[in-house]
Amino acid sequence: MKLKTVVGLLDAKVLGSSYDDNKEVLAACGSDLMSDVLAFVKDQALLLTGLVNSQVVRTAEMMDMKAIVFVRGKVPGDDIVSLADEAGIAVLSTQLPLYISCGKLYCEGLYK
Amino acid sequence: MSSFKVQYTVDGEDFSIAGDASRKLKKVLQNLGVAPQIIRKATVAMYEGEINMVIHADGGVIDVEITPEKIHIFLRDKGPGIPNVSLAMTEGYSTASDNVRELGFGAGMGLPNMQKYTDYMNITTEVGVGTTIEMIVNTAV
Ligand SMILES: Nc1ncnc2c1ncn2[C@@H]1O[C@H](COP(=O)(O)OP(=O)(O)OP(=O)(O)O)[C@@H](O)[C@H]1O
Ligand SMILES: [Mg+2]
Repeated sequence: MKLKTVVGLLDAKVLGSSYDDNKEVLAACGSDLMSDVLAFVKDQALLLTGLVNSQVVRTAEMMDMKAIVFVRGKVPGDDIVSLADEAGIAVLSTQLPLYISCGKLYCEGLYK
Repeated sequence: MSSFKVQYTVDGEDFSIAGDASRKLKKVLQNLGVAPQIIRKATVAMYEGEINMVIHADGGVIDVEITPEKIHIFLRDKGPGIPNVSLAMTEGYSTASDNVRELGFGAGMGLPNMQKYTDYMNITTEVGVGTTIEMIVNTAV
């Protein structure tokens, strides 16, 4: 699924400079616990989380994830966005809660 | 590629920079041309260990030796030690405080993840003295 489609489905706001309409994600993982995310091995994955701190970006970076969606209207600070920029990870923010966000992406075919 | 050694000091006070050593190792491994799947295994395992050093043990020192065959990681801390290692290795077991959980850790998945992503892992620990975790990820594909 292209990031452009993710933005449309979640009515998300784009933050930072690593976003690209045509960047492709092939799997997604939704959690507020980073070790759950670190147990998840999929290539070109998207992370959805309600947690906002620098460890979210580090976790995504270690897992080679392509994008992070902050849910429930969480907007990360500039420090977090610039960490993601450095790592080449796109940052999105949506008003939708985690469950709904995951559900929408799943229904549109973002799963293995 | 000949043998290559790096050492990182992990600050136990500053959670916001926890993971920085693992991020640096990732860069080193990328520059050495190690395969991306191998880099992911090694850096995720080290990241979990590094976070544990910060949240459970007041920081410590990480030594990494990279040879053509393997990535050899030693995590050493002078924290409280682990009273029951097999219990600590159980998925879901965590003594993390609510504070730590609010930061996104405390699922009790860190040590099991470290085991899962490495080819060898050995924990040496003594209550009141500290913990040393040795991990090996083979680089040969
Ligand atoms: N370096 C350490 N020093 C002392 N105790 C530790 C250390 N590492 C782990 N432990 C103990 O082992 C338990 C399990 O560790 P593990 O990494 O699996 O889970 P966690 O850190 O609690 O949560 P998660 O890693 O999922 O965020 C910890 O809760 C802690 O009690
Ligand atoms: Mg842990």
